[in-house]
Amino acid sequence: MSVPSSDVVAVPVRHYGRWVGAAAVLVVLALLGVAFANADIDYGVTAQFFTAPTILHGMVNTLIISVLAQGLGIGLGVLAAVMRISRNPVTSSVAAVYIWFFRGTPVLVQLLVWYNLAYVFPTITLPGLGTWQTNDVMTPFLAALLGLGINEGAYMAEIVRAGISSVDEGQTEAAHALGMSPGKTMRRIVLPQAMRVIIPPTGNEFINMLKTSSLAYAIQYNELLQSAVKIYSNNLAIIELLFTVSLWYLILTSVFSIVQYRIERRFSRGTRGMQEGQLGRLLKNLRMGRNP
Amino acid sequence: MTLTEPAANTPVVSAQGVRKHFGQNEVLKGIDLEVLPGEVLCLIGPSGSGKSTFLRCINHLERVDGGLLRVEGQLVGYREKNGKLYELREKEVAERRRGIGMVFQRFNLFPHMTAEQNVLEAPVQVLGEPTHEARERARALLDRVGLGDKYKAYPRELSGGQQQRVAIARALAMRPRLMLFDEPTSALDPELVGEVLDVMKQLAEEGMTMLVVTHEMGFAREVGDTLVFMDDGVVVESGDPAEVLAKPRHERTQAFLSKVL
Repeated sequence: MSVPSSDVVAVPVRHYGRWVGAAAVLVVLALLGVAFANADIDYGVTAQFFTAPTILHGMVNTLIISVLAQGLGIGLGVLAAVMRISRNPVTSSVAAVYIWFFRGTPVLVQLLVWYNLAYVFPTITLPGLGTWQTNDVMTPFLAALLGLGINEGAYMAEIVRAGISSVDEGQTEAAHALGMSPGKTMRRIVLPQAMRVIIPPTGNEFINMLKTSSLAYAIQYNELLQSAVKIYSNNLAIIELLFTVSLWYLILTSVFSIVQYRIERRFSRGTRGMQEGQLGRLLKNLRMGRNP
Repeated sequence: MTLTEPAANTPVVSAQGVRKHFGQNEVLKGIDLEVLPGEVLCLIGPSGSGKSTFLRCINHLERVDGGLLRVEGQLVGYREKNGKLYELREKEVAERRRGIGMVFQRFNLFPHMTAEQNVLEAPVQVLGEPTHEARERARALLDRVGLGDKYKAYPRELSGGQQQRVAIARALAMRPRLMLFDEPTSALDPELVGEVLDVMKQLAEEGMTMLVVTHEMGFAREVGDTLVFMDDGVVVESGDPAEVLAKPRHERTQAFLSKVL
């Protein structure tokens, strides 16, 4: 094998197919653009409500419920994962049933059941503290938090479990040999190392949560979609308002995608393929010349 | 310490007919063996002969299926009361393990902690030692194994030999009365074996009771008080290392030694 010297012209592989593909994509986009431009949609309304107080309020609530529900999900997920791998058959089974049930039923149904919990438990009694009407306690916020958080916990449990099993068995043995209890071994040795595997999919889950939280509109929680519903039930600009909130969802997910990408890169230092983003890779692939 | 100090003549480890199987595969077929205080016992044998499994039984990383295995007079994994045996809870097992140090073939250092943190982790977390005291001791131990300049190094920044020496310091930090070595130099590049063996030799000279699974016949001859040859789950031959290595009595020992020497 010889390296061409500077006066030899080395022709790199030409990727004509990529140019054809890009052209086809542009044509499709143009056609779609024309279709939407001619549609019976008043984009002025979409823009007008973009910063309406109701919409901004909903956006903040979406953020709040997403962060809290994801937090609850992570807590429950770690707990369920540790229970799942326990040698105690009772704890292990409880975790297995929890994961099976909450992953196996629609989250919308779960939200509705939490919100209507009064059908099952009309009152809630805490011994020594008092009794409350379930309907007074179960606000849309609480129902959304429980519904989304507990559902998320089931998914997080599997992610955490994968993280835990990615840690070398020798780590547990070394900790045990030093006289560390199983609980200490988990907290001090295994979980910190499992983080590398747990964090990237958790970022994914959170980005999912930002959008899934829109289901809480069905139980009157004042999140982003609900604020659109409130406005369009008055002015009937349904599609326009749905576009408004979609733009907000896109902004939120984009911002957190960048955050996630940075965290991920931090945790996969030293491995290839994480050094450039989607855009950088696209540009590099489209370039005619030889890859540097 | 929960263990009572043993009398001078009580064996630190005593095994009578110890059995262990994984499924259908019987790995230990009745091991009889004793380790006296201050003794350095080297276990040799072909791979799959059960020597590592036996070592792991001693601190209950593997559960014994039959026979009696005692450490400092106490049954491993069980409490004796009124002539009955009660299986120990995980917490009690952890307590008993504190007095036994273990060094692994693959080091098993905690990769998210520096050398110093690796060594002080168990004293702080298990014994409740104040961190500053534990740190001083950790540094003294790292000095002792020749790593006085590596307190803040992470395992990935250390060579195999250095990692194994940190692992030894980590085990010593619990002030063990028995040290188990599971092929401590088998994963090392040849030029790094010596530095680890030197630390072990020094430890033996200080009177530590040691049980060493090894392929280093030179170490066994020089440092070992007793050499035990295991094959196919049984002790085939044991005795003074120099004698066993020079004049093996048993055919299987002869066959093994002719391959490794």
